[in-house]
Amino acid sequence: MTASIIGSGVKRKEDHRFITGQGRYTDDISRPGQAHAYFLRSPHAHAKIKSIDTSAARAKKGVVAVFTGADLTADKIGGLICGWMITSKDGSQMKAGAHPALASDTVRYVGDHVAIVIAETHALARDASELIKVEYEELPAVVDPAKAQSAGAAQLHAEAPRNTIYQWEIGNKAETEAAFKRAAHTVKLSLINNRLIPNAMEPRACVGEYDDGTGGYTLYVTSQNPHVARLVMSAFIGIAPEHKLRVVAPDVGGGFGSKIFIYAEEVVCTWAAKKVNRPVKWTAERSESFMSDAHGRDHVTSAELALDADARITGFRVKTIANLGAYMSTFSSSVPTYLYGTLLSGQYAIPAIYCEVDAVYTNTAPVDAYRGAGRPEATFVVERIVEEAARQLKIDPVEFRRKNFVREFPHQTPVIMNYDAGDYEASLNEALKIVDYKNFPARKAEAKSRGKLRGIGFSTYIEACGLAPSAAVGSLGAGVGLWESAEVRVTPTGGVEVFTGAHSHGQGHETTFAQVVAGRLGIPMENIEIIHGDTASVQFGMGTYGSRTSVGMTAISRALDKIEAKAKRIAAHVLEASLADIVFENGEFKVAGTDRKLAFHEVALNAYIAHKFPTSEIEPGLKESAFHDPTNFTFPAGCHICEVEIDPETGVTTIANFVAVDDFGNVINPMIVEGQVQGGITQGIGQALLEHGVYDTESGQLITGSYMDYTMPRADDVPNYKLGLTVTPCPSNPLGVKGCGEAGAIASPAAVINAVTDALGVKEFEMPATPARVWQTLQARG
Amino acid sequence: MPGVAMTVNGKAVSGEVEPRTLLVHFLRENLRLTGTHVGCDTSQCGACVVHVNGKAVKSCTMLALQAESAQVTTIEGLAKDGKLHPVQAAFKEHHGLQCGFCTPGMIMTAVDMIRRIPNLDETTIRQQLEGNLCRCTGYQNIVKAIHAAANEMKGAHA
Repeated sequence: MTASIIGSGVKRKEDHRFITGQGRYTDDISRPGQAHAYFLRSPHAHAKIKSIDTSAARAKKGVVAVFTGADLTADKIGGLICGWMITSKDGSQMKAGAHPALASDTVRYVGDHVAIVIAETHALARDASELIKVEYEELPAVVDPAKAQSAGAAQLHAEAPRNTIYQWEIGNKAETEAAFKRAAHTVKLSLINNRLIPNAMEPRACVGEYDDGTGGYTLYVTSQNPHVARLVMSAFIGIAPEHKLRVVAPDVGGGFGSKIFIYAEEVVCTWAAKKVNRPVKWTAERSESFMSDAHGRDHVTSAELALDADARITGFRVKTIANLGAYMSTFSSSVPTYLYGTLLSGQYAIPAIYCEVDAVYTNTAPVDAYRGAGRPEATFVVERIVEEAARQLKIDPVEFRRKNFVREFPHQTPVIMNYDAGDYEASLNEALKIVDYKNFPARKAEAKSRGKLRGIGFSTYIEACGLAPSAAVGSLGAGVGLWESAEVRVTPTGGVEVFTGAHSHGQGHETTFAQVVAGRLGIPMENIEIIHGDTASVQFGMGTYGSRTSVGMTAISRALDKIEAKAKRIAAHVLEASLADIVFENGEFKVAGTDRKLAFHEVALNAYIAHKFPTSEIEPGLKESAFHDPTNFTFPAGCHICEVEIDPETGVTTIANFVAVDDFGNVINPMIVEGQVQGGITQGIGQALLEHGVYDTESGQLITGSYMDYTMPRADDVPNYKLGLTVTPCPSNPLGVKGCGEAGAIASPAAVINAVTDALGVKEFEMPATPARVWQTLQARG
Repeated sequence: MPGVAMTVNGKAVSGEVEPRTLLVHFLRENLRLTGTHVGCDTSQCGACVVHVNGKAVKSCTMLALQAESAQVTTIEGLAKDGKLHPVQAAFKEHHGLQCGFCTPGMIMTAVDMIRRIPNLDETTIRQQLEGNLCRCTGYQNIVKAIHAAANEMKGAHA
């Protein structure tokens, strides 16, 4: 094995096509004869559809067809699904209303899909949509999750009384209540985790195509998981059998969760391709992305910590209302439950935890996984209340954390998770060193001399990723397994093609996966091709989300085990040696103790010409596959420290210093890992200071529907971050790796808000810390 | 439909467009130069930046007809004789891209920025990127790449 390539910051193989304008994203694909789709959307947050008249639109020159929900129903096309069943604490199953791809009788949020117009050009389709006459009867709307369950609130789905989808619990209620009875101190905090709109830079897009000759469909789509899209569209929605539906997710311009889900547009365009017998292409305008991509977060939480006289945490209880929007998106039910409640122990040894979550419908876009998915919400609750507890007890927040850290592994938390390995003190100490903690008071004083308020905040986070052991998630309600597959094909000349079920949409798999192969087989990177994102070439796969690349990489590693084993058998025959004497190192098969050897490519050629081994014992060829099911989650953890400076005259908060020290286990490519952390932190700072998806509480209109209204982090909003790594190898996979894609977004919001509250000297502060809010807080404080 | 003619990446091109056709759509759809991207509908994201007569322009803010007789350079025309432009090379060297979607606009903006401003420092680069959004990188490596390319190009001209 050439180990040196593992752990090296190899430049990315995929970059050349992107820096020369040769990437191939879905909207870059044009199929012969294609027509263009535009979706007519609801202008109302909640309304009955009394009638739809499409005749004028259909009559317009250049219009190919107009379809509504009635047409889908007539063709028995099913609605969209949520694939994770949550059971409420009373034992009942979650109460989900129907989610039709095109609304038939009711619209439930601004942007809900009413009709598809297909025309010769996108502009014509858009123009024609204005000729559709829809008669609406407006209904009252509710957008605030805290009000959704009240008796007078607008009701979205008859199946879910008081808009309540489930009332879930985790942990031990009785032990937690006992801990609070015994507590020497208790600390309470109210928290809002603001609604975010994911905003991958590439808007969602699709091209549906039907081949009348074969009866097969092809869908090109901006997806993080094309096989899951095919499975759902086949088994649940009924577009076509799986073997008659090919789904291709080509280059995808960022996902952050928002492209996991199976959306109405791709379902309708694929179905419509057969109806009009032409390829049908749709690309979202950014304002459509704002309205109809699944949003993230949107929790209202109250949390309470119990402590003994020695400042040790003895109990933790949390009550959260999670807004799931107007319909249940593909994995929405799992986010505020098993991806949230299970992380409420943080890095701390807490003997008793109890968490209740009510999931509610509101007249807003569906809410589902967004970078971190549940774990940022959990970390925000834990790290905010831990910081607040230290402040109330007048203990240094660093010392308070040290006192409560988990120090022995494995550690079973009261909320399912079994932490396998970690060293929280190590990442904390390294971060303190980088940030120069002992001189913070001097920096604060210096800032004060300039009229600025400087604050410091910590976030010692843990997350669970590498989703996930299939039986475990199955027992918790998941409709799918979360293994990953890999197929390794060695060509007769010694090239290697790796077909992975993971999908890369910025993560750099074509490089890191090739490093794993090159390191293992001792062959050059340029001899390796990583192929992903096409159901016609990849056997099956669960896609990429939940920092689960470790699962995909382990599947490749397991397929390579088989390649090596078979190659050794072939080499033994060719070298006329005993199998036991064959060793494989540095890309060569050697007979131990002799100078007889074969290079990897020579064994590959022998495998295919099959002249020198008995094909009755060994099949010709060199191709192996593996399905790897992880035995545990992986548990990245670390420490983020943020220093802010606030200008009391303007309320502007500036990130003055940001340090992140993460433990991702072994690192394959440190350059790529750093990039993931930098991007994640920026999204977290965006949540803490800038971003907020806002609906008008009366009308239910989306107020933040463009980049003019929704504040994306720009280059001059963020500084350079100071990053460090500590390493405790992950014991549950052979590479020792943990996930790194979400940690930045998980850890950073709490660090920023802890710094803001420190600077302002206030207990509670609602994200995002916009200049207006900060200024108002300072005025109120006097 | 009215006709339009211009020079794109050194080649004379022409076509018929609706009067409302934006330059970016002419490039992407008529010329199939799909390296220039559309990331928003409010001229905020900068994924569509190209050079028109040597200056960076958001090609979603300009009608194709307004580019009549113009010299247009897109990301596809930046590398010369198979050699990457120093900004392209720096983006790869410093990991200034992840998903690649904002990258063409970032690179075209950076080339223009380096042309306009002689001594770029980090703060100036960050301010000059105000019109370009990236959701993946957190900007740090983009800034690093532009800074490195600026220094390299300055050295080459000295």
